[in-house]
Amino acid sequence: MSLEKLELFEVFLRSKRGLDHKHAGSLHAEDKEQALEYARDVYTRRSEGVSIWVVKSNDICASQEDDSDSFFDPSDDKPYRHATYYDIPKEVGTM
Amino acid sequence: MTSSTETVSTQDIIDYAARLGDDAIVIGHRLSEWVSKAPFIEEDVAIGNVALDFFGHARMYYTYAAEVSNKQNGTDDITEDNFAYLRDERQFQNHLLHELHKGDFAYTTARQLLVDVYNKHFLEQLKNSNDETLAAIAVKAAKETRYHCRRSKDWTLRLGDGTSESNEKMQLALNDIWGYSHELFELDDLEQRLVDAGIAADCTLIKADWLKEVTAIIEEATLTVPDQEWAVRGGRQGYHTEHLGHLLTEMQFIHRSFPGAKW
Repeated sequence: MSLEKLELFEVFLRSKRGLDHKHAGSLHAEDKEQALEYARDVYTRRSEGVSIWVVKSNDICASQEDDSDSFFDPSDDKPYRHATYYDIPKEVGTM
Repeated sequence: MTSSTETVSTQDIIDYAARLGDDAIVIGHRLSEWVSKAPFIEEDVAIGNVALDFFGHARMYYTYAAEVSNKQNGTDDITEDNFAYLRDERQFQNHLLHELHKGDFAYTTARQLLVDVYNKHFLEQLKNSNDETLAAIAVKAAKETRYHCRRSKDWTLRLGDGTSESNEKMQLALNDIWGYSHELFELDDLEQRLVDAGIAADCTLIKADWLKEVTAIIEEATLTVPDQEWAVRGGRQGYHTEHLGHLLTEMQFIHRSFPGAKW
């Protein structure tokens, strides 16, 4: 069996009920069912998770390095988007 | 299950726990031989995990056998290591299927299917043992075994219903090992005594369920259940194939060369 024929999957784990799934890493597998089993073996040996998601890496649409100017820079000069920009009136008290 | 335990000796319990430990450690060792040699690294990790599960089961059985031995002999120095490392081939009483060579990946998969489905049904029986320790071990081992079954079914379908080459290799493997499956369902005098006392699992009761489940998976994988009549037996009496001696040599070498060595 050659690795080139296997697909790459991204693995997301939820460590506790109520928390979000977090990216744990990636692995190769034949299909999504096998990816789920390998995710269990590779990433949850020490009770790291109560739930696993696997997603084909190819199915993830990711922002590109080249996009960062147009995507992220414009927010740099908009400090009013942050709560810390505003003075809180004394009457409001501690927030 | 309620008959008296008078006919059962402490030695019977020790021997029974030890042979269940033998099954687990021998198959665990065979699986461990794939580490660093599996088809790809994810499978390497996964098959190593399963091997470790089996070593865990072996430790539970051997530790229990050691505990009962110490009680019987008034000693405190018999441990699981005595059972794993200081017994010879004739004293091991694992089923022969477990000790057969590692083979190719199809061979390992075919054997694992038969063993895992067997364990699933066997442990369900052992959970009802009126020996509390054995029943507790069965409960713990059964959880891991359910996962092992899922893996071996998955691989059987993948290889059987894969390419013509993988299908052929799976079929050859099944044909090669089928004759070793019969002794899994036979009771010798020791186990019959323990079954009568409600301690041992009655493996004769699970053959029909095992065959039904294994047949369904084999057929779904577009493979054929071998109909060979030949059967090999002897593991429970300590009569082994040529494969066990080599396995024990490798497994016991360190302990016998450096007695008492610790990590």
